[in-house]
Amino acid sequence: MSPLLRVAGIEKRYGARIGCADVSFDLYPGEVMGIVGESGSGKSTLLNCLAGHLAPDAGQVIFDTWRMGPVDTVTMSEPERRMLSRTDWAFVHQHARDGLRMSVSAGGNIGERLMAVGDRHYGRIRAAALDWLDRVEIDGARIDDRPSAFSGGMQQRLQIARNLVTGPRLVFMDEPTGGLDVSVQARLLDLLRGLVRRMGLSAIIVTHDLAVVRLLADRLMVMKDGRVVESGLTDQVLDDPQHGYTQLLVSSVLQV
Amino acid sequence: MIDIRDVSKSFTLHNQGGAVIRVMEGASLHVAPGECVALTGASGAGKSTLMRVIYGNYLAASGSVLVGGLDVARAEPREILRLRREVLGYVSQFLRVVPRVPTVEVVAEPLLALGVDPEAARARAEALLRRLNIPERLWPLSPTTFSGGEQQRVNIARGFAHAYPALLLDEPTASLDAENRAVVLELIAEAKARGAAIVGIFHDVEARARVCDRVVDVSGFTPGVAA
Repeated sequence: MSPLLRVAGIEKRYGARIGCADVSFDLYPGEVMGIVGESGSGKSTLLNCLAGHLAPDAGQVIFDTWRMGPVDTVTMSEPERRMLSRTDWAFVHQHARDGLRMSVSAGGNIGERLMAVGDRHYGRIRAAALDWLDRVEIDGARIDDRPSAFSGGMQQRLQIARNLVTGPRLVFMDEPTGGLDVSVQARLLDLLRGLVRRMGLSAIIVTHDLAVVRLLADRLMVMKDGRVVESGLTDQVLDDPQHGYTQLLVSSVLQV
Repeated sequence: MIDIRDVSKSFTLHNQGGAVIRVMEGASLHVAPGECVALTGASGAGKSTLMRVIYGNYLAASGSVLVGGLDVARAEPREILRLRREVLGYVSQFLRVVPRVPTVEVVAEPLLALGVDPEAARARAEALLRRLNIPERLWPLSPTTFSGGEQQRVNIARGFAHAYPALLLDEPTASLDAENRAVVLELIAEAKARGAAIVGIFHDVEARARVCDRVVDVSGFTPGVAA
């Protein structure tokens, strides 16, 4: 089996300051990788470099595309990358409103993604939208409501439906459960886990919540000051952290 | 099936002056298919540590930890994940699950992860839950609110859902009544009969005597007090 994503020597600088540096890893089909670290550790910068939202100053992000095989997405043209982000990739933002069109109905939000990859059949698009609302546990009767009428948790689930409807192979998630009530978080985690397994998705999840990575991620990367200080199997890194910073991070979690 | 050679384990506490705690040295253990080995030793002697090293949850500092031919001490995360899916099961003392997931799905999950047909996985999960006397009305509920003994049995059902060639059992009969304890001992005997290599911690002396072929005292792997 060959990796879905090969990241080699990714570096991003903001002037003299390091956003992230020297990040390399392989991600295999079906794997979920978590990236943890405190605010400013470079985890979101890295995610944005991987997803093509930021241009890294150095390094390669080689993605095994459906149509062309492995391609370096850093040097790919903007229209190609944009197409890739609709067909092969998905990006789930922390704030659902960054990933949704708030003035368009729930059904429209899902359908728009299908139309962006060329589907034009109204009946089929609407059926797919209904199916996805059901999968993310939103009542189909709400299909014509705008997301602004939804709760935070529902908006987040709608964003996930909009992202996954086109059957991507790699999902980038930036703090997907951040800002949600604990009870809503659990439901979302359960949903994400089920979807990842059923669709065989690979995912990269940035979060500062160690409980989230323990439940969702197979592998974990710990970042500090823009660099990866430790990586490995999620439970091993959390239960037997080798680096001083990871030990601090793990021991700082408040017990309930 | 499980072959541990000269394994050592230490913890370096970087935030506490870099203190190094040596917890295990020269640990060796060989478990053949169909054999059940009990780890013994006083509390803190390193029984759980050795189990965690075998599962890849703790990183061995040196030595080799071969399970089904894979050296867990050096393997890539995805190799260990595959080993855990297909070869090596672990019944821990604590149930760790995503809140809200129904008990029957928690138990069926190891089979679903292997790609077993959902109906067949569910049927197997139900049979185990029934055998372990978890009332049917609890199956659709999340086990997070269950009693300690019920959670323990859900954990056991989950651990025995797939016929793992190697199994780690951490106090599988603790907090169980006589009837359920008997069921668990039966499950262990059946696993041995089909050729599973088992390593377990049993404080329950009678249970240990009934299912274990050998006893290994881990005190022998405790490092001498350094000068």
